[in-house]
Amino acid sequence: MNPGFADPTLDAQTSFRAVLDAMAQPGRILRLHASPAQPPAGLAPAAAALLLALTDADTPVWLDAGPAAAAWGRFHAGCRIVDDPRQASFVFASGPPPSQAALAQGSAEEPHLSATLVLEVAQLAAGSGWVLRGPGIDATARLLVLGAPADFLAQRAANLAAFPCGVDTILTCGPLLAALPRTTRVEAA
Amino acid sequence: MTTAAGYNFGYLDENSKRMIRRALLKAVAVPGYQVPFGSREMPLPYGWGTGGIQVTASIIGPDDVLKVIDQGADDTTNAVSIRRFFAKVAGVATTERTAEASIIQTRHRVPEAPLREGQILVYQVPMPEPMFRLEPRLAETRKLHALADYSIMHIKFYEDIARTGHIATSYNYPVMVDDRYLMSPSPIPSFDNPKLHRMPALQLFGAGREKRIYAVPPYTKVRSLDFEDHPFQPIRADGTCALCGSRESYLDEIVTDDRGGRMFICSDTDYCGTRAAGQEAAE
Repeated sequence: MNPGFADPTLDAQTSFRAVLDAMAQPGRILRLHASPAQPPAGLAPAAAALLLALTDADTPVWLDAGPAAAAWGRFHAGCRIVDDPRQASFVFASGPPPSQAALAQGSAEEPHLSATLVLEVAQLAAGSGWVLRGPGIDATARLLVLGAPADFLAQRAANLAAFPCGVDTILTCGPLLAALPRTTRVEAA
Repeated sequence: MTTAAGYNFGYLDENSKRMIRRALLKAVAVPGYQVPFGSREMPLPYGWGTGGIQVTASIIGPDDVLKVIDQGADDTTNAVSIRRFFAKVAGVATTERTAEASIIQTRHRVPEAPLREGQILVYQVPMPEPMFRLEPRLAETRKLHALADYSIMHIKFYEDIARTGHIATSYNYPVMVDDRYLMSPSPIPSFDNPKLHRMPALQLFGAGREKRIYAVPPYTKVRSLDFEDHPFQPIRADGTCALCGSRESYLDEIVTDDRGGRMFICSDTDYCGTRAAGQEAAE
């Protein structure tokens, strides 16, 4: 079994602050400095740090990283691994993710009960690519994403139409992450 | 970093922090929506900022610099005790300077100095539901938020105008966040409402007794509710600060004797002190 955070308290805090910054400023790329040194096979460092920092027995988790990652999550975070992505509050996808429409959406009265999708992509870069608008962004932000599913933006547009319901996405790439909360409007450049 | 022995970093246990952190992320994702959370018992009573303290405890790290204000002042009981609390349980540096702080916890004021990107403003909120005086049933207000039906608040404002000629709300003045959710800005004076609009800092709101967390991300549209023919007007006492001479800042009225003597001073002690020190240096 690979180890988790070197310092469970402070590493979780550092990782959470990075996600909070990312969520508050959609499209901004942040580097996680406190990721587990040896994440399990199938989980990249940033995704592994998010799993440890945000999930526990209260949050059903779906992941496609394989049995080693599932066992690692169960041991270190104490999270319940579910087979059906619809039941998960956190969905960790390192391969093709489940359709966003198939994840928990929350309800009009309780939109916070929607799933958070953590999606591993091939590349994240600032300054070019998608044009982002919405809360947290001063006018526009640019985010280049390579390796997301071809219909990712179409899925997000449908997701946005159901606001305040909808899935929040965190894109991870190795030690990097950027967030696309449900309020962010994304245009392909 | 030295923290009090026997306490976890930041006082709260890791499970509670994680639960609050998840609520914070959803709050940021749905600006203005009140996320329910499992409010914990804190070593001070409800009404003393338990919501704000739990939010601060869940976000604070050893590199943060914390400022706490109570009605704008750094030196009042509530502000001093909360600052000492975090110095003790998280070993963080504290400051009274708005510009130096990375986290500012506040009761009922927004600092006069403009906040910048990367700073976090944590509000202590006594009553998160902006419509609670009009509709006390939370099951009902939840529906109104879901439907974005805020007509009862408009009717209240209309009745104010019919009776008194103006909107009779001078603090805790409700705002629309990103054109979707009606939100209580906490009992800040309406003078501070315009500062919420497109603020570069992240704004987090914690209500401990009512067990709600909500947020306004940076650069988000925040509009004070009003009518076209009765536009929102922030209220400020028509006076000059007796200490620093400011005519722009929010003023507290101080009674100085029992013969009607009074003076105005800035409610924001850091703003006032910085200005007064600058004037002394110039002389």
